Amino acid sequence: MSVDQNTVRHIARLARIAVTDEEVAPLAKELSSILDWVEQLGEVNTDNVEPMASVENLALPMREDVVTDGNIQDQVTKNAPGADDGFFAVPKVVE
Amino acid sequence: MTQEAASKLIEGATGAWEVVIGLEVHAQISSNAKLFSGASTEFGAEPNQNVSLVDAAMPGMLPVINKKCVEQAVRTGLGLKAQINLRSVFDRKNYFYPDLPQGYQISQYKHPIVGEGAVLIDLPGGEMKTVGIERLHMEQDAGKSLHDQHPSMSFVDLNRSGVALMEIVTKPDMRSSEEAQAFVRKLRAILRYLGTCDGNMEQGSMRADVNVSVRKPGEPFGTRCEIKNVNSIRFVGLAIEYEARRQIDLIEDGGTVDQETRLFDIKTGKTRSMRSKEEAHDYRYFPDPDLLPLVFSQEWVDEIAKGLPELPDEKRERFIREYALSPYDASVLVSEKAIASFYEEVAETSDPKAAANWVTGDFFGALNKAGLTIESSPVSAKQLSELINLIQDGTISGRIAKEVFELMFDSGDDPAKIVEEKGLRQVTDTGAIEKAVDEVIAANPDKVEQVKEKPKMIGWFVGQVMKSTSGKANPQTVNELLAEKLGVSSDN
Amino acid sequence: MTDLTKLTLAEARDKLKAKEITSSELTGAYIKEMEGARALNAYVLETADKAAEMAKASDARLQKGEGGPLEGIPLGIKDLFCTEGVRTTACSHILDGFTPTYESTVTSQLWRDGAVMLGKLNNDEFAMGSSNETSYYGAVTNPWKGKGEDKALVPGGSSGGSSAAVAARTALAATATDTGGSIRQPAAFTGTVGIKPTYGRCSRWGIVAFASSLDQAGPITRTVRDAAIMLKSMSGYDPKDSTSVDQPVPDFEKALTGDIKGLKVGIPREYRVEGMPEEIEKLWTQGIDWLKAAGAEIVDVSLPHTKYALPAYYIVAPAEASSNLARYDGVRYGLRVEGKDITDMYEKTRAAGFGAEVKRRVLIGTYVLSAGYYDAYYIKAQKIRTLIAQDFKQAYEKVDVLLTPTAPSDAFGIGEKTDDPLSMYLNDVFTVTVNLAGLPGISLPAGLSARGLPLGLQLIGRAFDEETLLRTAGVLEEAAGFNAEPDAWWRA
Ligand SMILES: [Mg+2]
Ligand SMILES: [Zn+2]
Repeated sequence: MSVDQNTVRHIARLARIAVTDEEVAPLAKELSSILDWVEQLGEVNTDNVEPMASVENLALPMREDVVTDGNIQDQVTKNAPGADDGFFAVPKVVE
Repeated sequence: MTQEAASKLIEGATGAWEVVIGLEVHAQISSNAKLFSGASTEFGAEPNQNVSLVDAAMPGMLPVINKKCVEQAVRTGLGLKAQINLRSVFDRKNYFYPDLPQGYQISQYKHPIVGEGAVLIDLPGGEMKTVGIERLHMEQDAGKSLHDQHPSMSFVDLNRSGVALMEIVTKPDMRSSEEAQAFVRKLRAILRYLGTCDGNMEQGSMRADVNVSVRKPGEPFGTRCEIKNVNSIRFVGLAIEYEARRQIDLIEDGGTVDQETRLFDIKTGKTRSMRSKEEAHDYRYFPDPDLLPLVFSQEWVDEIAKGLPELPDEKRERFIREYALSPYDASVLVSEKAIASFYEEVAETSDPKAAANWVTGDFFGALNKAGLTIESSPVSAKQLSELINLIQDGTISGRIAKEVFELMFDSGDDPAKIVEEKGLRQVTDTGAIEKAVDEVIAANPDKVEQVKEKPKMIGWFVGQVMKSTSGKANPQTVNELLAEKLGVSSDN
Repeated sequence: MTDLTKLTLAEARDKLKAKEITSSELTGAYIKEMEGARALNAYVLETADKAAEMAKASDARLQKGEGGPLEGIPLGIKDLFCTEGVRTTACSHILDGFTPTYESTVTSQLWRDGAVMLGKLNNDEFAMGSSNETSYYGAVTNPWKGKGEDKALVPGGSSGGSSAAVAARTALAATATDTGGSIRQPAAFTGTVGIKPTYGRCSRWGIVAFASSLDQAGPITRTVRDAAIMLKSMSGYDPKDSTSVDQPVPDFEKALTGDIKGLKVGIPREYRVEGMPEEIEKLWTQGIDWLKAAGAEIVDVSLPHTKYALPAYYIVAPAEASSNLARYDGVRYGLRVEGKDITDMYEKTRAAGFGAEVKRRVLIGTYVLSAGYYDAYYIKAQKIRTLIAQDFKQAYEKVDVLLTPTAPSDAFGIGEKTDDPLSMYLNDVFTVTVNLAGLPGISLPAGLSARGLPLGLQLIGRAFDEETLLRTAGVLEEAAGFNAEPDAWWRA
């Protein structure tokens, strides 16, 4: 098994998804079977191959430096589960 | 080790220590709109007012890059004499924080827009040193979390979210807090000359992450700590001083330095650990699939290079060459573009050396005392040059000029007008001066006796004559007449 | 009066223009079908009132002889497209109640061209799935049933709501998205036509992102001509999407000449996978014969890295998804589950808001991007992607278009593969290569399986050559003469 239970807990923490103790073992098994399956890519020699950067070989388009947006505080906070005085409100962050 | 280098060492219980400093400076790119959205970058708006749906990371929103920001990064790279990379890549730096709406910061990791460069820093005593630039990359700023508005909630304002930043990373080339401060000062000057960042540290337009480690001279680098977001040049110095001492004490007490992120507390002047170790970050960088690689031509870079202004180092060289200034005066005058321009305007129509003395002397003194910037000076460059010319052509004496300058500074009036109105014109008429000399001699027979014994007393007579002429008498003439009439040599 | 829901989009369009029917009648008929087909669970939100209103406005324009190319045509919209003022959730609990204040570029172009919105269509949560069983709103049932069977079958995924709605005639056409086969595989499972255009042909702005470098919008329709009409309205350069390509949009309908004489059609030998059902093999051979008969030249080609496409996809897509889905954090919209601190809030919100398959992919994506694994997984997969794109490039030196089956089987039963993610992933074995290389692909119904279920053939074209793709598809469609229909067991 390529992914053990500690690894599941670690990546779940990185991904900010709470996992219960009961979930960890089956997840480790599922993720391992997927990762074991993708291991077959190791068969391919990719020594002199560039990783694909984008499917089109185009340069990044650029826009002009003009203010065209903003001043939509109501739209920005409209769907917020917590908002106060134009701010988003979240549980206190301790640094 | 040179003598200068040795003087920067810090004495510890076990001998001398060397502090090694590298900086990561975040500088806000001067632009109207944000890096990837059309929202304004203006400072001080109502909460979430300068926020587009892109900045708030609404579902389905996509970034489109601002060309001006790219151009500004290239300009800055050229100003830092750095390698410009015609192809660079935007990556996502993934982490969760409420003021980071996308859950990732768009930054440049493996392939930054600017590579290695160099900055020449000016140290006290005219010493210069080169600090290597490792790279410059573009990235998005985060929003702001306010933690003190509510007992159990933090408030998030995304106005800064998505504002374009340049992160300028130095090599670990600095060896004292003075050097680090000089670097920030010089970098700030270059950015302001280029117009790519306003350098306003109070508003957060520039802030530095300071990497500090200590070692015994000649040994390999020690473990470093990163002090995050230091937002003034003074604090950069204080944070380094404190942190270097802390690390030295720690090691000398048998401990080891942990590589960690620390915060500088401006209230206590101390640094403290910011994140616990189990929270160690794994940013999972990968190229942002919403953006193609950033590619531009050498022709475009050349075009930008053509529009580059004269930068502080070149200006300094020219001032020394053209105006025969001392290296020190030249450095002071080029430290700010506005000062250099002011100086040049003064020097254009008056004696350049006198102009340098006046600008760096009385003029700076008066501005400092009044808490004014050069842009808000009540005395214009033209007026200052007029004043210098009044001394030069003998209309007023140097002493009177100081008085005239003070009046100019208070009223904003032209020096000629003040001289006329206050009758401060220097008296060069020998007859009038002779009359005053005779009066002083006649009124002080006892002193006349004494001066024969003590020729130095002639100074007292000069003072009396100047007083009776309200300082307007030509001092040279006074001296000559007194010497002649008192029968003493005037050159003692 | 004709049975309005029997008309193809092209027929309805012509009758509307000719004022033989009104949009209100047509839309009314579809609303009735939509409301009568709730057993399919194809719609997650019906917007009948809005549809009636839009139809009325269309009629007013049609009455005056005005109106766009889709004037009065009632469509279903996949819930991945943000629709202004209409709830959009990507069928995820985490976007609970989210009502965009903006309209996706693709849908806004449909409304610009006069189309009418019937409602939002079900899909796999965040488009992650091949059976439409991962939706927070529950599985969609395929209108088709096996001969003599009563078993509920999947409509394919992730655009299962779209394929089911079009197959059951509860929408005249539907929008869909395709990241690894999500337009073509559901089209194959429901006897409909689905085209995934070239990456960059349709704007991604306002579409909830799954995997940015793979996602493309496209239509699901009844006929190839209908697909051509829909695609024209959906396509076009969008400056708000940096990966959108500035290419003229041809009149795709004009490409349907029926003439493929001399066309070179490649048959990639690697698509003859082990364990492929004989009836799929037979259908493929049949397709080859039809094209030959129409004057095409058949060429054997090799796409040697085909086998590695699926595992590469299951690295790249989850990696991008893990980052794209980081914005769902309970701060600015959607679900929030309160917690004791900010991290607790994040973790609880995302645990409750994401379903099992989404969590699985986010975790896989997080893993393959994490420190120490990035090169072995992500970079490796992107290199494989380069090889796959090169395979196609070489093939297109010899041929104009490729013919393959769309899916390795006919529709399977609901719940049959949910326990085994890998067997589910294998559904996309023929479609995923196209996304990795950014090419256009189309699936059209070509026959029935032994169980009486639709089977699809896929054509793969050169980048931005949807015209050849549609032209060839038109010929195949004509030859296949597919006119089977599901029994309307769902009618309330
Ligand atoms: Mg840093
Ligand atoms: Zn940074």
